[in-house]
Amino acid sequence: MFCRVALILLFFAAHTLVCAAQPVRIATKRFTSNIVLGDIANLWLNQSGIETEHRPQLGDTRFLWEALLAGEIDIYPDYTGTLLRETLVRQELEPFELDSALASYGLRMSAPLGMNDSYILGMKEDRARELDVHTISDLNRYPDLRFGFSTQFMDRSDGWPTLRTTYSMPHTFVRGIDHDLAYVGIESGTIDVMDLYATDAEVEIYNMRPLEDDLGHFPEYQAVFIYRADLATRAPDVPALLDSLREAITVEVMRSLNFRVVEGRESESQVAAAFLSGEFELENPLVLEEVTMWDQLRQHTKEHVILVLFSLAAAILISIPLGIIAAKLPRLGSLILGIVGVIYTIPSLALLVFMIPLLGVGGPPAMVALFLYSLLPIVRNTHAGLIGIPQPLSESADAIGLSPMAKLLKVELPLAAQSIMAGVQTSAVINIGTATLGALIGAGGYGQPILTGIRLSDTGLILQGAVPAALLALVAQGVFSLVERVFIGEGLR
Amino acid sequence: MLELRGVSKVYGRALALHPTDLSIARGKTTALIGPSGCGKSTLLRIAVGLVIPTTGTVEFDGEQLGRENIRSIRLRTGYVIQKGGLFPHLTARVNVTLMARHLRWSTKRISERVDELTELVHLPTACLQRYPRQLSGGECQRVSIMRALFLDPDLLLMDEPLGALDPMIRFDLQEELRSICQKLEKTVILVTHDMAEASFFGDSIVLMFSGRIAQHGTMQDLVNRPANDFVKRFMRAQRGLHEWV
Repeated sequence: MFCRVALILLFFAAHTLVCAAQPVRIATKRFTSNIVLGDIANLWLNQSGIETEHRPQLGDTRFLWEALLAGEIDIYPDYTGTLLRETLVRQELEPFELDSALASYGLRMSAPLGMNDSYILGMKEDRARELDVHTISDLNRYPDLRFGFSTQFMDRSDGWPTLRTTYSMPHTFVRGIDHDLAYVGIESGTIDVMDLYATDAEVEIYNMRPLEDDLGHFPEYQAVFIYRADLATRAPDVPALLDSLREAITVEVMRSLNFRVVEGRESESQVAAAFLSGEFELENPLVLEEVTMWDQLRQHTKEHVILVLFSLAAAILISIPLGIIAAKLPRLGSLILGIVGVIYTIPSLALLVFMIPLLGVGGPPAMVALFLYSLLPIVRNTHAGLIGIPQPLSESADAIGLSPMAKLLKVELPLAAQSIMAGVQTSAVINIGTATLGALIGAGGYGQPILTGIRLSDTGLILQGAVPAALLALVAQGVFSLVERVFIGEGLR
Repeated sequence: MLELRGVSKVYGRALALHPTDLSIARGKTTALIGPSGCGKSTLLRIAVGLVIPTTGTVEFDGEQLGRENIRSIRLRTGYVIQKGGLFPHLTARVNVTLMARHLRWSTKRISERVDELTELVHLPTACLQRYPRQLSGGECQRVSIMRALFLDPDLLLMDEPLGALDPMIRFDLQEELRSICQKLEKTVILVTHDMAEASFFGDSIVLMFSGRIAQHGTMQDLVNRPANDFVKRFMRAQRGLHEWV
């Protein structure tokens, strides 16, 4: 009896400890204004003594929604139009039903922040003037215009598929392109029309003309924070704090904040801090830690190397035995080779999304994905190395009386070592390159500056990720040629 | 010593070896000879258990060859193949001693045996530390013979052991190999496609043709009392034979 009570007490103690230790986790989508909103919430809650954590540019809408439902994150900034017309589109909700619909998922929504961050279509001002285009309907006069829409917009039910029918658009050149890259396309003249967010600073920077939605296709995209209802018990002050930002951020304010990030090269958190101290005249000015480029590089290197080391080590440990089995049992072997081959063809982004419900966000799902991609080259090369051993050598090993295990260890694996090492090397290089995608689900690494660099169209920042990744691949090559010298005997060189 | 009873081998739909009986006498050297594809290598590999016969049985020293005794019988069998079949990643010495070390022989016993065999096959001692690719064809073959003899087997099987060598080296090694065989008094089966070599080595000769034994006898038998037309033609085709008869 006593034991049971003690156990229950212990459980509750542990439970409270865990809950108390868990900070409020905020995540944001991969575009600047969403990240600034996340930083505003982060600093605002932090200011009131709530422990928080912000994972900027964690992923796209679908990704954050899944992570929120899975309890991997607690809060993210979203837009009413996106919820109604995309995330929950099947339920065909009216705007006033949104609250109760979210409640059925165990979620809540803050008061509107004051901006309608709508989708709009935009053209370069001089091109629009030349063609005399002011509204979306005007585009129909020029069926040859080239459209470059963000990949999300291409698929969203409030995006291109319905926009096209609303306006009966005849255009045939319509391509999906990353939102941040679309600006580069517009600037270089390879596309004429793109989708914009109303708050994009680039509207000013690239001198874009927003086209009027004259048929009223787009709904309202009121910015709000979506959060888990259980936050009300875990951190009771959060809902009121988020609501206190009601109507504080207009489209104009947001655009100027974005401008400071994209054009002024200030960090999102600096801009958010400046906004909060200006708007709310905070008594304790927010102190932001200065992060130097070298600190960041060190951090990204650490994250990247850990991702690669763990996933590659696990892949080596699993793949070599798999390759041996594949070589020894041909029927099972073709199944194994088939499966690892199919795994390799799964698009990395899709694989990462599948991982979230199972493993959450951050390092572990990225490592599992990298592990899966690293299997094929090692399994294949182990298999090929063993199959390729000349028959006389294999027969000699049998004929002198070696047991199957001794034959494998003393003869077959050493003879296949060169091929196996080549497989490991290929895997390592692929792994180092693919690990940059880890940044898409918050695993950090060299992908982080690359993603941010693409978003801010900052080539320097992109190189801060791309160059170290290339160098790391070279280092790995060097390490492997040393290892090869140890493993591959003089007789085979 | 070795009794093959009704052994045959089918590969896919091709009959590589017709049901065949063959008895190998202890302490004698038997040469298997015949044109390529006649089944002589298949027969030898059945004898060493590398190929499992489709029908028939192999009896080694009164024991029927099977899954459970195959390894212990292999330890009593030496096997030499064309070009030696040496493991390229191991030095000559390790190639030779691999099995003895696997059987946990003492270091002393191993090095004594290495010395003994190095002398027997006339291998320069320096060669032992080299890798196969650093050895000449003749040296490789000597190392290979050392490896086959290391555990002092009762039966020595050789599949074209001198087939890949230059004529001069081949001539020298033939002499040495014969003297080794005679000195050791082992049962030897040798596959060759050269009648001169067969008659030089073999106490008896097994002439094979398209998966069957055409005749089994001494050189004199084959020359003077050919069992059929094929034997007659085969013997006629071997030039310069009179030197050996």
